[in-house]
Amino acid sequence: MSHSQNIEINTASSDKKMLIAMGGIGIICAILIVLTYETTAPMIEKNKAEALERAIFKVLPDITKTQAYQLNPDNTFTKSTSNDSKLPKVYGGYDDAGKLKGIAIQANGKGYGEVLNILYGYDPMQQKIIGFNVLESKETPGIGDKIEKGTFPDNFKAMDVSLSDDGSTLRNEIITVKQGEKTQKWEIDGITGATVTSRAVGNILNVSAKQWLPKVYKNVNSFTVKTAEQ
Amino acid sequence: MHKITLDISTSPHLVKGLSTDTIMKHVVYALLPAAAFGVYAFGLNALLVMMATSVGAVLTEHLLCKYSKKESTIGDYSALLTGLLLGMTLPPNFPLWMALFGSVVSIGLGKFIFGGLGNNVFNPALVGRAFLQATFPVAITTWYNAFAPDRFYNVSSSVLAFPFMQPKVDAISGATPLSALKFDGVMTTANDLAFGFINGSTGETSALFIVIGGIYLGWKKMLNWRIPISILLTAFLLSGIMYLIDPTKYPTPFFTLFAGGLMLGAVFMATDMVGSPITSMGLWVYGILIGTLVVIIRLWGGLPEGVMYAILLGNAATPHIDNLIKQRVYGTSKKIAS
Amino acid sequence: MSTIPQNKSDKGFFSSLANHPNTDEFTRGLWRDNPVFVQVLGMCPSLAVSNSAINALAMGLATAFVLLMSNILVSLLKDFIPKQVRIASYILIIATFVTIIDYVIQAVSIDLHKNLGAFISLIVVNCLILSRAEAFASKNNVSKSILDGLGMGLGFTFALLCIGSLREIFGSGSLFGYEFMPSNFEKWVIMVLPAGGFFSLAFLLLIFNYFKLKKEGL
Repeated sequence: MSHSQNIEINTASSDKKMLIAMGGIGIICAILIVLTYETTAPMIEKNKAEALERAIFKVLPDITKTQAYQLNPDNTFTKSTSNDSKLPKVYGGYDDAGKLKGIAIQANGKGYGEVLNILYGYDPMQQKIIGFNVLESKETPGIGDKIEKGTFPDNFKAMDVSLSDDGSTLRNEIITVKQGEKTQKWEIDGITGATVTSRAVGNILNVSAKQWLPKVYKNVNSFTVKTAEQ
Repeated sequence: MHKITLDISTSPHLVKGLSTDTIMKHVVYALLPAAAFGVYAFGLNALLVMMATSVGAVLTEHLLCKYSKKESTIGDYSALLTGLLLGMTLPPNFPLWMALFGSVVSIGLGKFIFGGLGNNVFNPALVGRAFLQATFPVAITTWYNAFAPDRFYNVSSSVLAFPFMQPKVDAISGATPLSALKFDGVMTTANDLAFGFINGSTGETSALFIVIGGIYLGWKKMLNWRIPISILLTAFLLSGIMYLIDPTKYPTPFFTLFAGGLMLGAVFMATDMVGSPITSMGLWVYGILIGTLVVIIRLWGGLPEGVMYAILLGNAATPHIDNLIKQRVYGTSKKIAS
Repeated sequence: MSTIPQNKSDKGFFSSLANHPNTDEFTRGLWRDNPVFVQVLGMCPSLAVSNSAINALAMGLATAFVLLMSNILVSLLKDFIPKQVRIASYILIIATFVTIIDYVIQAVSIDLHKNLGAFISLIVVNCLILSRAEAFASKNNVSKSILDGLGMGLGFTFALLCIGSLREIFGSGSLFGYEFMPSNFEKWVIMVLPAGGFFSLAFLLLIFNYFKLKKEGL
């Protein structure tokens, strides 16, 4: 083998050879990666958009079209054009006639173990949460994942999140109560045996709703008007 | 044991020490009052669960000894003790098949795989319980109310659940003092806690009977008093500090002492001779470590109870504690080089 | 560049295959030198993402692909790579194919990519792949390296699939998502948790060694 003597003789020529070898391999690798990226990028983009779309369709019933909006630093919403924008986003959902049916908002916070990422649908006309979906969860299988099954998602079919009179925060805090003790429309019926996770959902929703709903409600026209123009 | 008369004999000069089976036997005796109270409070269900774990543990030990062509070691009471302890840490309405499963894990994975009694790193009963906690998290946190009127003639259907099938919950499940505090902010009175008029695992509810058992063992010199004292003192002081900082948020130190499995763990589980350090100084470190962990897990962890994990972590730290705190060799000024 | 030996026999492909000296390069990875059960290599992915059969299969195939491709490339370039920088070159080659498979999986299914998560990128540091590059591909010709990569890769996939199936059956009561257990089967939650990976692997190693010792007459 030719390289067996390279160990002993470390001359300028072997340095050059090393550089050429590494550079050559690097170029081959770079070409391979770029080729794969070019072929798969549109498919990945499509898959990602579809996954988010599916989730939005789940939390906003009866919609046929979605549109992403970004929250600008001056607290206004404009149609989000670029995918790379780092500004926080919400998603409007519209029916066939182009009428706004609701806004999907992402929220995350600490679950039982790791971060719990959820998406919920808000109807600004009725001031209600109308849908709920778990985007990402690492909760204990068999316990924490009960928030995706059974009657728990029913809590969010018509949940009262009306704003306080000055429109700055929620009139009633969203809280999770013990299973079977829900009496108010802003309460979440908890899950016995998954107390921590079901309470985490309540907390995450409460924090996110307080932060987002006043802004969305105040600017509700920017969601309707923009679509009318289309 | 000390003789005043002078014996002249050739070496070795040994005094007959306590043998393993004598100690184990007395620990089982010391556990009986608390176990009996558990049966009184929870009825037939609790009795069946403890019997299942005890029989399961002894049988597993016997079969494993037989299979590995060793002399059967079931005569030294250690398997019975492991089984009984495991049964006492389970909810009284725990399905029997899961309890049996747990006892097999306790002996098989907790003890035998390390080479049998004396070689196990962790307390075998707690290994079994930790396994059950991770495997059947719903069943192990379903508590029935204590002192149900029909407890002496009615066996709950969840106890008799068909092997590998889900247990049916047929009675009102109650909260333990710890879960009531963690999830609902409800405090249980100290009296109820001390005498055991509360829900919980079969053997952990009566602090009084556990203390009596512990004092008996301490008097017989079969239990190193440093371990329970250091654990309980640490837990008491730490939770006391937290209580003083914010009495509305944190429980009283008395609650910390008497609620959950702290008493049972400190007296009967952390004191397992195999899993605890050898030096007195080491024992203090070990106890303080466990006490601190219990308070940390209870106050800030996701679970309401942390005694089991605290003791298992204490067991894991034991070899290191022993390594750090070594006896000075007589006549030298330095510690033995490791 | 080394010469690839030509397959001289045109007749009786399968009969010549069984007696072909290179057949062993392929079969030993499947069973006798199985990467997981015998060499105990690549433990991180075998334990971490084997919580369901489909995840295990996807992880196994992804690793097998990277292993095969890196074996080919390393074997082709073996006379070109100076000894001093060989490890760096291998890592570069392996990382390239990991990046490629990462894109491919995303293009096939976002959900699968989410399940496998960071562990796809961690194929780079799977010691199995580096060990085959260093111990085999850098010393053998391309056709042998292909067989070795295929054998080891499929052996790895097989082992992962065993662990994944065991964990899914007990932990979720299903196999490849098909729920065949009775509806009130009590799921062993520990099996889908990381701890279950260790228990399953230990159990399979026990069985594997039991049969191995029995075969050797011990």
